[in-house]
Amino acid sequence: MNWVFQNFSTIWGYVLDHIGLSVPAIVVGFVLSVPLGYWTSKSPIARSILLTVFSILYTLPALVLFVLVPVALGLSILDPNNVVVALTVYAMAIMIRTANDAFAAVSPTVRESARAIGYSPVQRFFRVELPLAGPVLLAGIRVVSVSTVSLATIGGFIGIPSLGSLFLTGFQIQYFPEIWSGIVAVLIIAAVFDLILSTVGRILLPWNRRTTRRRAARAVAVEVTA
Amino acid sequence: MNLIQAGFAWIFDPAHWSDSSSSVGIGDALVQHLILTGISLALTAIIALPIGFYIGHTGRGRNAAIFLSNAARALPSVGLLTVLILAIPFIKGIPGNYLADVIVFVILGLPSMLTGAYAGLESVDRQTIDAARAIGMTEWQVLLKVEIPLGAQLIVGGVRSTTLQIVATVTIASFLTQVTLGTFIIAGLAQNDYPKMLGGAILVAALALILDGILAIVQRFASPRGVSRSTTKSKKNTARGATNASTQPITEGN
Repeated sequence: MNWVFQNFSTIWGYVLDHIGLSVPAIVVGFVLSVPLGYWTSKSPIARSILLTVFSILYTLPALVLFVLVPVALGLSILDPNNVVVALTVYAMAIMIRTANDAFAAVSPTVRESARAIGYSPVQRFFRVELPLAGPVLLAGIRVVSVSTVSLATIGGFIGIPSLGSLFLTGFQIQYFPEIWSGIVAVLIIAAVFDLILSTVGRILLPWNRRTTRRRAARAVAVEVTA
Repeated sequence: MNLIQAGFAWIFDPAHWSDSSSSVGIGDALVQHLILTGISLALTAIIALPIGFYIGHTGRGRNAAIFLSNAARALPSVGLLTVLILAIPFIKGIPGNYLADVIVFVILGLPSMLTGAYAGLESVDRQTIDAARAIGMTEWQVLLKVEIPLGAQLIVGGVRSTTLQIVATVTIASFLTQVTLGTFIIAGLAQNDYPKMLGGAILVAALALILDGILAIVQRFASPRGVSRSTTKSKKNTARGATNASTQPITEGN
């Protein structure tokens, strides 16, 4: 415990680095995936292409993607954006599929009714399909958030500062408290993010409070253990 | 993109395949990577599948299994890897770091395979199982002749995600103790030798894709003949909806 207090500022710095890597990946991944998932739920061709491409990318180990991204994008190898891009790719691999399933699950009868009472396609998306898909999307982003926070640690191994840096230095000097503090910090960040997401979800989706858990279970079932 | 070409050129340079005084060869690293992956995978299967089948068949311990698979998602596997690799040699009677590493890979691989095994069994229609009992099958026959064949797709799905997990973890283990394909990524990174780094990355990527492809084919042919894909799929979906079973790697056709 003493070690943690003495090095609190170091750990806190890594915590901020870690949040700086994972939050953009979670947010960008979600924002890109929802329209793409909507598209794949409408177009079988888009579905087979996008889902296949992302499932292949998801197969690549993080360490590989972290060093391939800078080459593909022409960034410096030590640019933290490499990790952000790679984490975004993983987030999209999970999220596009979830969004696809969420939109595909909206009953055609409901969609037709919305059209019958005169909703334009845009209105239909924002007022009918998005709200109905909301609980599953929420469950999906919670999975994405947890796995992104956990994956970001691997950045520390290739010299991108994150809580994973504590693992590597802790290993080199054979010092357990340093590694443990990194693990505990990752778990705390994941828990806080999850709390934030579920709170935001409860505020944004008040109509689904009772069914959320059941639907969440279904959405998570579609997900991945990375 | 020139760097990618340089990476391939590095791989196809015969000089890099055998050990030299300065560096280990690709051949040895590949063999080591495959041996570590294979041993860990086999041990994981020996432990995870029977437990998963027990949970799936009896329904006992489901909550523990769900907790385990969720916790495994949140825990940073590399953190666990470093702690365990440091800690295991301190336990009396476990020699060397080779075994210690294998133990770590097994621990990290267990949750996916276990979840796949019990989710596969739970995905089988209860009426089918009751019918099997009604025609006089023993519990063992129900398990071996009905539940495992019908749940095979999800069971193999679990094996598939465990395989990916282990291949990735073995790569990272090269930072700590082992000489594997990841060694080239690290050495290349440290020496600013980007063709070497990319060569290593391409090799790991190829290994992961090939193993995943093989298991995808196994998965496709895992269900017994006569069970149409569409039926298994719809059953699978309803069952998973009910069970919160998070097993599958995202892959085409599932």
